[in-house]
Amino acid sequence: MSGLRAWLVQRMTALYMLFFIVFLLVYFLRAPAASYTAWHAWVSSPAVSIATFVFFIALLMHTWVGMRDVILDYVKPLAIRVFALALLGFFLVGLGAWVIRILWTAHN
Amino acid sequence: MILCVPIMPIQHSDDGSNARRAVFLNLAQIQMPVGAVTSITHRITGVLLVIGIPFFLYLLDLSLQSPQSYTQVMTLFGHAAFKLLVLVFIWALAHHLLAGVRHLLSDIDIGSGLSYARRSAWSVNIGGLAVALLAAGALF
Repeated sequence: MSGLRAWLVQRMTALYMLFFIVFLLVYFLRAPAASYTAWHAWVSSPAVSIATFVFFIALLMHTWVGMRDVILDYVKPLAIRVFALALLGFFLVGLGAWVIRILWTAHN
Repeated sequence: MILCVPIMPIQHSDDGSNARRAVFLNLAQIQMPVGAVTSITHRITGVLLVIGIPFFLYLLDLSLQSPQSYTQVMTLFGHAAFKLLVLVFIWALAHHLLAGVRHLLSDIDIGSGLSYARRSAWSVNIGGLAVALLAAGALF
């Protein structure tokens, strides 16, 4: 992902995360869950768990675009650069799998 | 603003790069314009937040597994060292988010003028710290 596409993805994901963070902030400032049961029920409710899943997808895409820029700026030798990008890719896919696991486990 | 850059004749080498270009990297003396501080901090906080993702996921996972592990997470928030770490991440998130909003606004041509851009850069730098201060009040 590069060029105009990366530019657009960075901004669309930023906007979604901005709204989600404001939503979280309002939740935690107004009436946060006071017990495990309430917290678990809130996270695993359909709307919240889906919005949370979309948030993490947006976060991982945003991270890919941002960290790719950082790596391209500072890591010049081609072999190390490719290695760093691959490492980042696997790291993000792994985190994505972890998110699915967390939300799926909470759902059941 | 004083920017000490020694002037030297630029000689182009064969690969087209400026082999003898002036280099001045005394970080103690370089005076960065406020926008540059906002920009490099945007980048540094971005990397910091990425490092934080696995820790955040670990806490989220733990908080949802069982009532016991939920209590474990809650007890963590009782430790001063942990609160300090959380505070650093709140500052990083606040700065990164505000700097991002500044970018989004300039994308739609709001605040692209120099004086406005300098003012908004100050607002972002101070705004991030202000959020951290508020969070510190709530945490400690």
